[in-house]
This record gives sequence, structure tokens and C-alpha cells, in this order.
Amino acid sequence: MELLTNQVLAGIATGAIYACMALAVVMIYQAIDHLNFAQGEMAMFSTFISWQLMQWGIPYWWAFLATLIISFAGGIMIERLLFKPLSKAPVLTNVAGFIALFAIVNSIAGLIWDFTIKQYPTPFGSSPFLGSQLISTHQAGMIGVTLLMLVGLYLFFQFTRIGLAMRAAAALPESARLVGVNTSWMIALGWGMASAIGAVAGILIAPVVFLEPNMMGGVLVYGFAAAVLGGLSSPLGAVIGGFLVGVFENLAGTYIPGVGNELKLPIALALIITVLVFKPAGLFGRAIVKRV
Amino acid sequence: MTAMLNVKDLRAYYGQVQALHGLSFALNEGSLTTLLGANGAGKTTTLRAICNMVRSTGAIEFEGKSLSGRSTENVVRLGIAHVPQGRGTFTTMTVEENLQLGAITRSDSKNIVSDIERMYAHFPVLKERHTQQAGTLSGGEQQMLAVARALMLRPRLMLLDEPSFGLAPLIVRDLFKILGKINREDKVTILVVEQNAQLALELADQAYVIETGKIVMSGNAKEIASNEDVRKSYLGY
Repeated sequence: MELLTNQVLAGIATGAIYACMALAVVMIYQAIDHLNFAQGEMAMFSTFISWQLMQWGIPYWWAFLATLIISFAGGIMIERLLFKPLSKAPVLTNVAGFIALFAIVNSIAGLIWDFTIKQYPTPFGSSPFLGSQLISTHQAGMIGVTLLMLVGLYLFFQFTRIGLAMRAAAALPESARLVGVNTSWMIALGWGMASAIGAVAGILIAPVVFLEPNMMGGVLVYGFAAAVLGGLSSPLGAVIGGFLVGVFENLAGTYIPGVGNELKLPIALALIITVLVFKPAGLFGRAIVKRV
Repeated sequence: MTAMLNVKDLRAYYGQVQALHGLSFALNEGSLTTLLGANGAGKTTTLRAICNMVRSTGAIEFEGKSLSGRSTENVVRLGIAHVPQGRGTFTTMTVEENLQLGAITRSDSKNIVSDIERMYAHFPVLKERHTQQAGTLSGGEQQMLAVARALMLRPRLMLLDEPSFGLAPLIVRDLFKILGKINREDKVTILVVEQNAQLALELADQAYVIETGKIVMSGNAKEIASNEDVRKSYLGY
């Protein structure tokens, strides 16, 4: 029983990270109808920035905050420079753009910070949380920070006018323009926010997977699995999908004989395929019906 | 009297296909004008060209300002509200959020609250359903919502694209009554595109008839309605 609780809680902790990545992917998908394959690399780069800031002696939380701002600005810049010009281009051109971004960000990180694995600090420590052996303080911190951010995002989208405008721009761009919403900037803002959300995910997971240019590869695959499971059209679904994937991954690794740590990643891929076959819109997504 | 909206030699294109062939017309401030014509005559395209949603050439001036080169959202910000064909309802959002979106360009938050109340007075059914998802409203209710959303801009000019489409005749009458009231009481200049010529001519004071991308007839709505030749050849009733 204790093993089960332990695995579920640990799953929720990593699931929080998958939820962030899935949310970032879904936000951009809703805005421009493309999957951002470079979301993980952007998050990795942000994490390196925060690490660099800390190397220069800036305290953890200040570095955290500064990284969010830099990532937000960086996300907007990437949209303005790379994807706005591609907005009317065919799907494959966009896919090529994302792959190029992936490769460029990955290489630049390697060039600046090299490919050796680095330790990454946690402000929460890794002692048992509240004296319980079930979960460490860092895992509790991952869950706490993520939930705080999700609540903040929910309030932003539900109760602010700019949040309303962003939702309108994603749902029906033409109608949004007809009420005066500058949809182009809303997309850029979405990129900025997705980039900052990814930064949070990267910073929180870095103490677990260690810091190096390829740290987010596996995480992003789980993030995609979460987004597909929850439904690419539903931010809430993506978040729930993230937690479900985290728990499922841990339980499968523990209880299904022969899976273990090595086969955890294929499970994410199997999950993507299963969902796409049996419930293409995901658990919470709406099937898109187009008039032809 | 100078016109509020002046359209000169408007030509519009969908890819290689030319949809408007040098259209010119003017709207006087405070008028209620209807643009009539058959399917494919270019009515919708004319409205879309005013809001720069389709590639076009020619001159469009609104209150002395040229609209060419402005993005759709900047045209809207000048005070031109466009109720598109199909209503453009944000179906996954609540009725109230739809109304708030109509006022998204405004910064006078106090007046926005009272304007929403005003819309509920115009359209009581929207008040009953204000927390409901807009997609669950009936066609008529959604059209009311679309008009109310457009009014939330406090527009100087309102463009309506076939508001009667798909609605029961009684509901259309209601809706047109409200449009007339808005035009008189709120001093909103209205341009309404219609296929239901009979009803539109009863409502409007000015009318233009358009055929294959050109204006073929213009004048006082009552006169056009009483001219049997015009009715038979262009309006089909």
C-alpha cells in the first residue's frame, strides 16, 4: 500500500511537469494549429539561463523570476521573427520551422554551456516532506509551484479582459478581429506565455533529470502524450492529461513486469497511439467538425 | 450633407476572381440603408471589403478617414461594428462574455457594465441566459446576441450581413423592429445586407441594388419598393 501511495504521489509530481509542457503545447496549438516540437528545447534553454544567472550569484527566486520574464520576451520574439512570417505557409513549412528551431536552440545551448551534465539546485531541499517518507520536499514543491501557476493562469484567462481577448482570438480569429481584437499580438502573447510556462517546467524538473541540452527530450514526449490524452483543444484536459500520464507512467513502471525504467518512454508513445486510435479528440477535447 | 461612409470604385478579388467591379455608394449619417441583391451578387464581399477582410482596391472613406491599408481590428476601432454572416458567435463562451468581447476595445469599464444592462433591456432573453454558453442559444437568440455584441462597441456605423438568414419570419420582424429602434434612438447608422428584400425595404430609408458586383439601382427605399419593374427584375417578389 505504501509503495502504491508513494508511486502515485511521485507520479503526480512528475505529472505536474508534463502538465506544464502539455499546457504550453496546447496554448500554441490553439493559437496557430501547429504542434511546437521545440517547446522542450525552449524550456531547456530557459533553464540554462536561470542556471547561468545563479552562477553569476543571483539568488534562486530572483533568477527564477528573471528567467520567466526573459522566456516570455524570447517566446514573443520567436513568434515575431520566425512563425509570424510563416503564418500563411503550408503545414510542412511550419513543421520544418519547428524542427529548425529545435535544432538551433539545442545546438546553441550546447555551444554556450556544452553537453556535460550539470547539477541543478532546488530551493525546497530533498528531505522527506512533513516527515513522511512518501514524497520529498522537492516533489511537493514541484506540485505546489505548478498548482499555483495553474490557478494564476485560470484566473487570468477567466477574469481579465486580455485573457478573454486571447481566448476569443484562439477560438474564432475572424470574429475576434471583428470586435477589434488584435489577434496577431494575442498569438505572440500566447507564445510568450507558453515559453514562460515551459521555463517553469524546466526549472522544476532540472534537479531530477539534471541540466544538459537534451534534458527535455523525454519530458516533451510525455507532454505530447498528455496533450493528446487530454485533447489538444482543451487546456484543462492537457493539465489533467499531464497528471494522469505521470501517475500512469509510474504505476506501469512499478507494477507491470518487465517495463521498469527502461520501457517507460515507449509507454508514453503507446499511449499517444492508443488515444489517437480510440478517442482522437482526447478525453476532454471537442471533435472538430468542419463544413465542406 | 457629406456622407459618413463613402465608397468609390470598389473592386474586390478572391485570388484571381474579381467579385466587385467598381462599386460606388455613400451612406448618410443616421441613415438606415439596405444593400439588396441575389446570391453571389457581391453583398457580403462589399461588407468584407469595408472591413478589409478581402483584397480590394478603390477608396473607402469613413468620416473623412481612409480605410485602405488598415487592419480589420483598426477599422473596428474607428467605430464600425460588423455582424458577419453566420453571426460570428463565440459559441464556447457565455452570453455575457460575448457581450464583454463586443466592448473589448473600450476602456470605460463603468459604462461597459451599464451598456450590458442596456442590452439586456433591449433583449430580455439574453438576460435570462447570460451565464449560458452562447452555442446553446437558438438561431434567433444568437442573432440577437450578435447585434447586442456589435452594439457593445458603441459603434457609429453598424454593418449587418443577412441578419434574417435562417430565422422564422416572426423573429425576423422582431429583429428588424429592434434595428429600427437602434437606428432612431441610439443614432447608429446602419447598413444591412439582405436577401429578404421586401422586409428590408420596409425597414430602410435608402436602398442600393447590386448585381454581379455593380450597383444597378439606388434610391429611396419606398420608391424602389413601389417600382414594379425593379421588384420583378432584381428583387424577385
